[in-house]
Amino acid sequence: MNHRRTLTGTLVAAALLASGCTGSGGSSKGADAKAPDDPAQVSGTIKVLTHRTDIVQDGTMKKYADTFNKTYPKVKVEFEALTDYEAEVKIRMNTENYGDVLMIPGVIKKNDYPKFFASLGTEEELGKKYRFTDFTTVDGKVYGQTTNGGTPGFVYNKKVWAEAGVTDWPTSPSEFLTALKAIKSKTDAVPYYTNFAAQWPLTSWTYVDGSVSCDNAATTRLAEGDPWAQGEDLRVGDTLLYDIVKQGLIEKDPTTTNWEGSKPRLAKGEIATAWLGSWAVLQFRQAAEKAGANPDDIGFMPFPAQVDGTFCAVLSPDYSQAVNINSDHKEAARAWIDWFSTESGYADDNLLPSIRKDAPLPEALKPYEDAGVKLIELDDAKGGLVKEIDSASEVGLYGPAYRQDLVDLARGAKDGSLDDFLADLSERWTEAQKSVGS
Amino acid sequence: MPHTRTTDPSHAVKKVARPSTAAPRPPAPRRAPRKVRLWRKLTPWLFLAAPLVLLITFTYAPVANMLAYSFTDWDGVSPELSYIGADNYIEIFTRPELFQVFFVSGYYLAASAIQIGVALYFATILSFNIRFRNLFKGILFFPYLINGVAIGFVFLYFFQDGGTLDSVLALFGHESDRAWLGTSTSANISLASVSVWRYTGLNFVLFLGAIQSIPGELYEAAELDGANRWHQFRYIIAPGIRPVLSLSVILSISGSLSVFEIPYIMTGGATGTETFVIQTVKLAFQFNKTGLASAAAVVLLLIILAVTWLQRRLVPDDRVDLV
Repeated sequence: MNHRRTLTGTLVAAALLASGCTGSGGSSKGADAKAPDDPAQVSGTIKVLTHRTDIVQDGTMKKYADTFNKTYPKVKVEFEALTDYEAEVKIRMNTENYGDVLMIPGVIKKNDYPKFFASLGTEEELGKKYRFTDFTTVDGKVYGQTTNGGTPGFVYNKKVWAEAGVTDWPTSPSEFLTALKAIKSKTDAVPYYTNFAAQWPLTSWTYVDGSVSCDNAATTRLAEGDPWAQGEDLRVGDTLLYDIVKQGLIEKDPTTTNWEGSKPRLAKGEIATAWLGSWAVLQFRQAAEKAGANPDDIGFMPFPAQVDGTFCAVLSPDYSQAVNINSDHKEAARAWIDWFSTESGYADDNLLPSIRKDAPLPEALKPYEDAGVKLIELDDAKGGLVKEIDSASEVGLYGPAYRQDLVDLARGAKDGSLDDFLADLSERWTEAQKSVGS
Repeated sequence: MPHTRTTDPSHAVKKVARPSTAAPRPPAPRRAPRKVRLWRKLTPWLFLAAPLVLLITFTYAPVANMLAYSFTDWDGVSPELSYIGADNYIEIFTRPELFQVFFVSGYYLAASAIQIGVALYFATILSFNIRFRNLFKGILFFPYLINGVAIGFVFLYFFQDGGTLDSVLALFGHESDRAWLGTSTSANISLASVSVWRYTGLNFVLFLGAIQSIPGELYEAAELDGANRWHQFRYIIAPGIRPVLSLSVILSISGSLSVFEIPYIMTGGATGTETFVIQTVKLAFQFNKTGLASAAAVVLLLIILAVTWLQRRLVPDDRVDLV
């Protein structure tokens, strides 16, 4: 009996010890990663953590690094591509070993940025040249710089849409539904593909936010208001998704969808439409080439809603790169971040908007310019609060679960009505607002 | 498991082999010097050191850590965490919807009853002399050797509409073209049958091992007494493997309560296939409530311990004595 008591004692002691360890990690140092003055003098080996496993494997990243070395000959860049980026980096961030440059994972609270990353400078200064700086600003200092911008929209097959007799972009959700119905009756294509099983494509529907109201304070409205009140952006988006599924305009079995398989199928005209982001255009065009279809058939259109006769599209940042606060080569790391996001040509290569305010729009968004689509940038001052409310309420705006439930509800695999479903979300959201706000 | 000792044939052999009169006792050794005695005491611990270190580092320390986290509001990454007492546990027990997912375990519980039945049937048949006996043993055990992730992906294609299952059904003239994972009931039944497919092999091997440890003379004697195969099963095999049978039942109940990989890989918990563990993972990694998720994990552990304890009380583990 005595033995057992000592064992329990040891366990309790171990527990206290272990928890004490986690508590002491990562004291805030508030370091800076200054941009180097003379590129020839910067030296060191830096490790860059990235989620782009594809372009690390096919050597594209290596080519970028080689070009980088022409300007910064003494910096050696190594890449580490992580398949399940968010989950793996999150665990590594409990140690000091999370690369020299990394993409800021979504789980880090904005206010914690100064504890993990070195500052890149003041927002006042960087904000003049670059877009999206306020997404990573804490107390006037910027902690991350995104590699490129992007905008959500429908990737669609132009030929199929034309075959169905729809040549103009629909301007309202009901017109959009009519167009999908025309596609269903006049062509063999699946009007809309949910990518339900891949899960993450469904989260793109959250980025409807701002497109409907054309209001750059849409994020603040999420933090302070009810996102599923009548006429709010997310309600409009979710209702459209519900109606598309409810009216049978999707693939027959969403539970076994296949993301990689959907790319060539859309290119070949077996699928007409999918709500994704502008980053997807390049991937679908490449899939079209591989499948022997015409890459020019891949089109991109904004959310079917207009304010005063114009479409709105939200420009938002991709993953942001940051410098590890524990890095020994902060200057070299900073040099890589600046070079990669402004001079590498990464954004252009991927047909994505550059972060430089003076850069022209990429070719994939050319039709937007022609149609006079208004591009807006959301104010992200309340972005951190939105994430906290999201976690507290367990709604999961940035996770797939609630959209999967919505699709299940619409196709009758789950009981209930849309109104009740959205009302429940509203209730949980506003309830959490109270607890987080206090 | 002390109870297996009585059925161990090697034990019986030893008994017979022992000479009836014991050899004269060797003279009692003189008391060893202090140093030697110390080493003698230390030796078992030296042998145990490696496994003990491994056990503590990889089993008990993480569990202790998890227990500690369950009393905090940690989000899994932030350097700050504060102790909030039993708040996480209070939250878990005041949110009944967190326990609704246990209904899903019902499907797996029903499936494991079938699984044990099938495994028992094949183990009994294959313990007698049958042609291609070893081949069948291999075939039955094979699914258990496959990695769970691979199984998930294989069956995702299998259940696709117009996939393998539909094509096979079409061969038999049943022109079906349905989404097997489409509704909550059919999805859960499909997933549970995947788990039967996967784990039957394990149960089968356990049963087979137990059955083969029953001395062969018993069957001969029973046959002389006019017992048929069913009688042999009923009065020799079933009681003979009772401890293993009850172990399998415990394993399958705790397994049903903590199902994870198959539904997580195949559906991610969508369409009403979410289990308690998937829910816990979502709490920890989607909503960054590591503290709450740790508490949920502790609760699951306690539930499983309670169920096991209850079962041991209801079905006490008698010693087996066939002879």
